[in-house]
Amino acid sequence: MNRSGGLLGAIFRLLSRIDLILFMGLIILLSLGGLTLYSASGADYVSGENMFIITHHVIHLGLSAAIMLFAAQLPSNLLSRISVWIYLIGVILLILVIIQGTMGKGAQRWLELGSFRFQPAEIMKLAVPMMVASYFSHKTLPPRFVDILVAAILVAVPMALIIKQPDLGTALLIGSAGFFVIYFAGIPWKWLIGMLISMVIAVPLVYQFGMHAYQRQRIDTLLDPSLDRLGSGYHIYQSTIAIGSGGVYGKGWLNGDQSRLDFLPERHTDFIFAVFGEEFGLFGNLVLLTIYFLIIWRALILATKGQDTFSRLLGGSLSLTFFVYLFVNTGMVSGILPVVGVPLPLVSYGGTSMVTLMAAFGLLMGLQKRKKGYASM
Amino acid sequence: MSYKQTVKNEREELKLFRSRSLVAGLLVFLALLLVVVRLIFLQINNYEHYTKLSQENYQKRIPIPPVRGQIYDRNGLLLADNHIEYVLEATKDKVPDLEDELRRLNKLIPMGPQAIKKFKQKLRVNSRFVPVVLRPSLTEAEIAIFSVHRSRFPGFKINVRMERTYPLGETAGHLIGYVGRIDKRDLKRLGKDGKKEYKGSTHIGKSGIEKFYETRLHGKSGYKIVEVDAHGKPQRVFESKPPIAGEDLFLSIDLKLQLRAEELLEERDSNGAIVALDPRNGEVLAMASVPMFNPNLFVNGISYKNYNALRNNPNRPLYNRALQGSYPPGSTIKPMVALAGLDEGIVTPSRSVFARGFFQIPGVRHRYRCWKWKRGGHGYVSLQRGIFQSCDVYFYDLAYRMGIKRFSNSLKRFGFGSRTGIDLPHEKSGIMPSATWKKKRFGQNWYPGDTVNIGIGQGYWTVTPLQLAHAVGTIAMKGMRMRPHVLRGVRASRNLPEKLISAQQLPSIEVKHASYWNEIIRAMVHVVHGPGGTARHAGNGAKYKFGGKTGTAQVFSVAQNKTYKASRLAKKLHDHSLFVAFAPANKPVIALAVIVENAGGGSKVAAPLARKLLDSYLLPPQKEEKKAKSSRKNIKKKHKKRRKKSKKHSKKHSKKHSKHIEKKQG
Repeated sequence: MNRSGGLLGAIFRLLSRIDLILFMGLIILLSLGGLTLYSASGADYVSGENMFIITHHVIHLGLSAAIMLFAAQLPSNLLSRISVWIYLIGVILLILVIIQGTMGKGAQRWLELGSFRFQPAEIMKLAVPMMVASYFSHKTLPPRFVDILVAAILVAVPMALIIKQPDLGTALLIGSAGFFVIYFAGIPWKWLIGMLISMVIAVPLVYQFGMHAYQRQRIDTLLDPSLDRLGSGYHIYQSTIAIGSGGVYGKGWLNGDQSRLDFLPERHTDFIFAVFGEEFGLFGNLVLLTIYFLIIWRALILATKGQDTFSRLLGGSLSLTFFVYLFVNTGMVSGILPVVGVPLPLVSYGGTSMVTLMAAFGLLMGLQKRKKGYASM
Repeated sequence: MSYKQTVKNEREELKLFRSRSLVAGLLVFLALLLVVVRLIFLQINNYEHYTKLSQENYQKRIPIPPVRGQIYDRNGLLLADNHIEYVLEATKDKVPDLEDELRRLNKLIPMGPQAIKKFKQKLRVNSRFVPVVLRPSLTEAEIAIFSVHRSRFPGFKINVRMERTYPLGETAGHLIGYVGRIDKRDLKRLGKDGKKEYKGSTHIGKSGIEKFYETRLHGKSGYKIVEVDAHGKPQRVFESKPPIAGEDLFLSIDLKLQLRAEELLEERDSNGAIVALDPRNGEVLAMASVPMFNPNLFVNGISYKNYNALRNNPNRPLYNRALQGSYPPGSTIKPMVALAGLDEGIVTPSRSVFARGFFQIPGVRHRYRCWKWKRGGHGYVSLQRGIFQSCDVYFYDLAYRMGIKRFSNSLKRFGFGSRTGIDLPHEKSGIMPSATWKKKRFGQNWYPGDTVNIGIGQGYWTVTPLQLAHAVGTIAMKGMRMRPHVLRGVRASRNLPEKLISAQQLPSIEVKHASYWNEIIRAMVHVVHGPGGTARHAGNGAKYKFGGKTGTAQVFSVAQNKTYKASRLAKKLHDHSLFVAFAPANKPVIALAVIVENAGGGSKVAAPLARKLLDSYLLPPQKEEKKAKSSRKNIKKKHKKRRKKSKKHSKKHSKKHSKHIEKKQG
């Protein structure tokens, strides 16, 4: 190929880092997501304010694509080296958020730098698995108990800070991202089973003592949404109606009564899966979940092709974190998991999460063995 | 670390990673399968359940109340109307700062502290989602002012409602009755199906014609099924069924006669009642009860103060004397008693009784006095004289000889002691006493003296003015009895012709000789036209012949050897003045009963009053205009006066209203 440089060559080299199979999956998913968001925003019949959701979504897509392309170029040794710094800056920002939050009121997740607002927790979604993967990459695997303990602390610190905000959804995602690195590093099965058993014991204790009243209520109404049909059970009640009334083939695009008549709350963000289920039915749901599964499967394959331990660990973790997004969101909206603020990945409206997710996919693509570069090494 | 070791580790690590990835991939698959199972459960197994819930979410059935039928008199004059009213109302849930908004609103449309206080009270009592009226009957200017500033008053809005009005106010108020807000008792009475029909309706007939013909007047409610969003805002209509307006009722009442009757009673400044019917078909031409009340007060809930004033009024204006008043009939029933005597063979037209001013039961010292006892009585009294001179002794004797059993049975044929079955609620039956009745009522035996008393319409015997008029009508028609009724015709809508309601015949009174009727009628005509008739001055100069009978009902028993002297007694113990009549005597078209409470003798008060009433009904209006000043023009004047008195509403409103009605029915 044209290795002498030039603009075309540069673009080709940039694009060569993109995995076509994964990219196709993402394109299909984003298209379906765009259609659903268009319906959920009501942009076709409520012009003006709701149109802004669509325009912003398009901006988010462009931004995310650029960031994915950029992330795909980063070599693994660089990433591994800067992991610790990104991690430390993230922790400091989280502490700043807490300090800022004690002066403000209620939940504080945003950090305001002039007119720019962002959630430091979002950085940690990438920084924590990078940090843990980087830590394990210098150790022999499977890890010793001490290494696992250190890794667990590295995960627990930012998690604790985020729970404190409080943002259970993000804490859960970061916790699982860290955990997946430990899992792929080779934590012995018996320990895992031991952890599972202790969790089963811990859950009622956490429920009783470690939760805010509103979190406890969410779990109560999950177990019986009819408990509080107009209050905290309202979300689940309306979303199950939306999905259930969609039937096998759905009510058709732009025809979801539940969402269009405003019965479904948060319908373009966390509850967009209900809009999809209502309008496209079980058939559409199966198609959507299959696409998700193929994306995750391809991401795992890419991870196994990672050029070094760091790449593989990070890649595996990012793939499974993407799955956690999917499972927690669909489980919540369909009523088998409690209401935790986790968006449907790449479909829900929201710039921050889309940028993070696309950056993760970019990293994943960049971490596989570089065909030409590796051969020359 | 040697190179070999690292390589070995690398391989081991890759193996480990691959196996872990495979396990992870399988777990992902299983987890997503779990979601799919849940989705199948929701979208296939419970599809119908959730579809129903979804529909319940967005489909709302909104009832559309029908327009209530109007009420007219027999000539098409309006008695009960619906008019469009604009009201300013607020929903507590939607008002962010009530105090502030009220203060600002009061600057635009001054309402007075009392209205605001009342409004706040109602707001407190009602649900926070129910609109409460702050100001009824908005004027056009007020509507304009509010519309301009509407955005400054979230939660407040102008609403349109149909309000029942009685343009004549008090006139025939007892008869027409009134509607009021549906209350718990009404709901209970309506039952399950009825409640459905009244969803969306706010008012229901509470008394009079409004109550009796509630089903006809109310109509059938319609509905529309609309799509609403989560905030209850209607988006579009799926399905609708228009309501069917209530029927318009045409009463047999002749408004002109009704107004005249009320006027005559009011002029007397006494309580009383007048019932006039057409004996040929039982149509009630007038039914007046004085004092009256204004039914408009009840339409939107009468105030505590007004209600107490009506309830505590000793003259009991709410009570329909014509239908519910139980009066001793006094001498007015002498013609009926005489007929009974003839039919039972107790008396004959030719046989006379010697009356010396009192009657004594053989072997008893008590003297049953005649009204003429002071002047030594009537002397020899025939049946004719017994009636036209109203000789008590003649009837004491008749009743005594007839005995209570035959007396009671015979007079029951006129309908005494039982309801006439008129199409009005709360009719009283009066009392036609009998031995068994007394035993049941008082646990006492019947004494011959009781019979003597009821012979002249005193004692236990009570009648309603309606019964009395009906009985007189029966005499006028020589035994033919028609059920009294007020509803004459109905029409389903403006464009349709009025459909007449057929009259209902009651069992006639058959007597042994038809000539008995003529005998009685002759005596009654003599009462007003013949020499010595007790009401001869009431018949003076009449251009038609009519029959009548005076009556003076004792409210207070005068002791033996004492004289009744009105001046010595409290007004409420004064005698009732009664008169019954039918006209014209040879071809009757009207029968009436007049009762003026505590006004004295029947010949002095009730009889001339009845004559005036008959004049206004029977004489052509042109001639009468000069004399009695009760022409059509006058009605209109009164119409106007009452309208003003009862409700002030602008001409524009009524114009708009009639347009609206036409639209609804067209």
